[in-house]
Amino acid sequence: MNLNYLSKKSSHSIITLFIVITINFFLFRVIPGDPFAMIAKAGNLSAEYKEELSTLYGFNEAFPIQYVKYLRQLFAFDFGLSFKYRKPVLEILGNRLMATLLLAFFAQLFAIILGTVIGILSAAFRGKKIDVAALGFALFIYAIPAFWLGIVLLSFFSVKLGILPLNGMVVAGLSHPTTWAYIKDVVHHLVLPVFSMGLAICGGYAIIMRGSLLDVLTEDYITTARAKGFKRKDIVIKHALPNAMLPMVTIIAINLGFMISGAIQIETVFSWPGIGRLVYEALMARDYPVLQGAFLIISLTVIIANFIADILYGYLDPRIKYE
Amino acid sequence: MKNENILEVSNLKTYFKIKEGIVKAVDGVSFSLKKGEFLGLVGESGCGKTTTALSIIKLLADNGYIEDGKILFKDKDLTKMTESEMLPTRWKDISIIFQGSMNALNPVMRVSDQIVEAIQLHENISDKEARERVTKLLELVNLNTGLIDSYPHEFSGGMRQRAMIAMALACNPGLIIGDEPTTALDLMVQAQIIDLINDLRKKLDTSMIIISHDLSIITEICDRIVVMYAGKIAEIGTVEDVIFNYKHPYTEKLIKAFPNIYGEREMVESIPGFPPNLLDPQKGCLFADRCHKKIGEICEKVDPNLIKIGEKNHMVACHLWGGKDE
Amino acid sequence: MSSNINRKKVMKKGIIRFIDIFKENKMGVLGFYIIVFFLLVAFVGPLIYSYNPQEFAKGGLIAPPTKGFPLGTDDMGRSILGALIYGAKVSLMIGIFATLISVFIGTFIGIVSGFTGGKFDSVLMRITDGFMVLPKLPLIMILAALLGSSTRNIIIVLGLTGWTGTARLVRSQTLSVKQRPFIERAVSVGAGKGYIMFRHILPNVFPLVFSNTILVAAGAILTETTLSFLGLGNPLMPSWGQILRGAFTSGAVSIGAWWYFVPAGLCVILLVLGFALLGYSFDEILNPKLRRH
Repeated sequence: MNLNYLSKKSSHSIITLFIVITINFFLFRVIPGDPFAMIAKAGNLSAEYKEELSTLYGFNEAFPIQYVKYLRQLFAFDFGLSFKYRKPVLEILGNRLMATLLLAFFAQLFAIILGTVIGILSAAFRGKKIDVAALGFALFIYAIPAFWLGIVLLSFFSVKLGILPLNGMVVAGLSHPTTWAYIKDVVHHLVLPVFSMGLAICGGYAIIMRGSLLDVLTEDYITTARAKGFKRKDIVIKHALPNAMLPMVTIIAINLGFMISGAIQIETVFSWPGIGRLVYEALMARDYPVLQGAFLIISLTVIIANFIADILYGYLDPRIKYE
Repeated sequence: MKNENILEVSNLKTYFKIKEGIVKAVDGVSFSLKKGEFLGLVGESGCGKTTTALSIIKLLADNGYIEDGKILFKDKDLTKMTESEMLPTRWKDISIIFQGSMNALNPVMRVSDQIVEAIQLHENISDKEARERVTKLLELVNLNTGLIDSYPHEFSGGMRQRAMIAMALACNPGLIIGDEPTTALDLMVQAQIIDLINDLRKKLDTSMIIISHDLSIITEICDRIVVMYAGKIAEIGTVEDVIFNYKHPYTEKLIKAFPNIYGEREMVESIPGFPPNLLDPQKGCLFADRCHKKIGEICEKVDPNLIKIGEKNHMVACHLWGGKDE
Repeated sequence: MSSNINRKKVMKKGIIRFIDIFKENKMGVLGFYIIVFFLLVAFVGPLIYSYNPQEFAKGGLIAPPTKGFPLGTDDMGRSILGALIYGAKVSLMIGIFATLISVFIGTFIGIVSGFTGGKFDSVLMRITDGFMVLPKLPLIMILAALLGSSTRNIIIVLGLTGWTGTARLVRSQTLSVKQRPFIERAVSVGAGKGYIMFRHILPNVFPLVFSNTILVAAGAILTETTLSFLGLGNPLMPSWGQILRGAFTSGAVSIGAWWYFVPAGLCVILLVLGFALLGYSFDEILNPKLRRH
């Protein structure tokens, strides 16, 4: 693996991480209003608790000192205590993150497959009806708010048809006799959220795939492949696709930020116990430690995912792999 | 084969349909190629030389079509063949070397695999045998066989072109078309490739059509030259006849446009004006408004036919030398 | 100065030519008409169909469409058709103003960064990257919650978070314009940096910015809708997003009251589509790299 590329991408990620941490810090300190008011908004806190918190977060002290304290806490994985639950923020984040990753992973998979297929068909039959329909579909999808798609599908499949559950990750309060029963229940609840979220984000993939494939099909080596006597279908699949898929890896990474937005919306609509919904709940409850922690974790996930995508790209593209 | 011509192109007309109308890219081109012969196709950009080549292997763009004419390859008329009928002929009988651009070879496939797939597409041989063939081919083109499993980006421009030549030879085709095979290379490498081609010529009996706008390359490799202008043939003959005994004013200009390294240091003449619009070609000779040897109204009214002058099949389409009806 | 008069003439010619090409672009024309339609609905609509968000319980609660209420009623008995018409203006205004802020910031940063170059540019772009990586929706939600949900704040928040794409685009365009000889000439004549950036670079960057603006507007409208749905909008200024929030929180979804949420969603989709079609068509026309050939 190309060390130069690896180190460049690593340093880039770390720098971005620091910028994010810093922005995160300022976000909650520089907002108008005094920090005590923020804490006070959370409900009735005892005077000693307020005292504790101000020393903990260093509200009385100068910014640079606060910043250092903040960094120190972060590196000790101390995200503070939730105002609402009085539990360590990290603990709360942990469970919710898992639920979101589950949802996000399958939604992303669905979106990539669907988007890629549509993009390929569109490019292979450029200008014909399939292409126009596919482009229209992609544009339409882009314009749909993810939550609305969720609502509509929910009302149709859950309310009207009653074949899929209304909310949650498992049926509330039900104890599952076996692990398999648990898995089945989760999957049952996953279907609609995954389908909604996947559908909501596949539009971008379709358009990128189409563009990428169209670009590749104009390249000289495709003409060479045709001159060799390959059938058109073989050329698209064996020669064009491997090249066209490369930019997709980068796009998937870029799309991650968009996915967070989708996750928040879908999790809210379907009451899915994920980190997206946590942001919403914490916001409503003015639970700032949780909010700050969630925000940081989400950003961190995006940075890591981008990094993985960069590494994957470096591995897949022989031009970078063998430098 | 009945006669000794491996390729006979008769009155080929290839047109392209665009929004504004029909572009007559190739409009009545005829020439033949003997076994083992090297033919050069020369002319400005847009004169139809690449389109002629692509017509032979039926690799035109979607809006291109052969309007008329015959292309006889080993007595089979290629114009009458459907796309699926053409597939076995491609590469096995006729292969093509493109301009050595960065992306003439698939960047994500190893060079060996690319040649192997060409062989295995047309012949039923094992992977091992195919790889041995590839090794021999690389030796033939003076490439280090240790590089057999490299990716194209690891090769220099000259090496890539050699790899393309090796690939073109892979199925022992009767005809190889080289479309600007040396254009993207720097001069030293160009010389190497030319030497390679001449060297291969002695070892194999493949025929070649070399397309280039660079007359000097053509003169070093080819036996005969076809000079094309605006989709038609202006002049055709052996290298000596065309270079030293040119008849067509366009040929004259083309030759004079290349500075002679041994000659006097004089201003290189360029050809004034622009190539004609092939969408709505004017009547008469298409070179008329740029021609410095126009003889009169006939040049603007009547399109000259190709007529024979001299002995060795030297032909020219110009009213200076006759060229009315035959 | 004669150069100014020439400038105006050239610009006018350019605009006329642009309009001619634009008329041929079916996608763009469709987008244009959609936007015009909603502008009419927003500004002329209220004159035809009266609606007052403060008046409650005129019809039944979450009642299906009837003669008096062509699109049914919401959870407070108000006409949904009325809400849609009234909300058009809110959704449009918030979207457009937020976009203007974003594009202004983005263009400014893009030109300054691209033109100044060097370390300043690198640092600024790194910060922009950091901003781009930040998950946008959570950031907007947090800012909106912390600042308070007045309409003005929503516009500011959306404006402050939507500039990164524009900045990157403008910067790369600035970099290529910077290379052109007339810039070198201006510098050698002694023109000040600000003057060059404003008088020379900006006009050349403008066409790209224009098409980008429309696409940013599409995104802003979508984001505002989402924000309102999540309860962070201004409940006193009912945009389409607010209608959808009402539908969700009142349980209209679970009882299948489609008239409450389907039409509002369709309006959002249509308007966003309109902007997207227009924006992409502009991009096609103005961006030389995208020409078909």
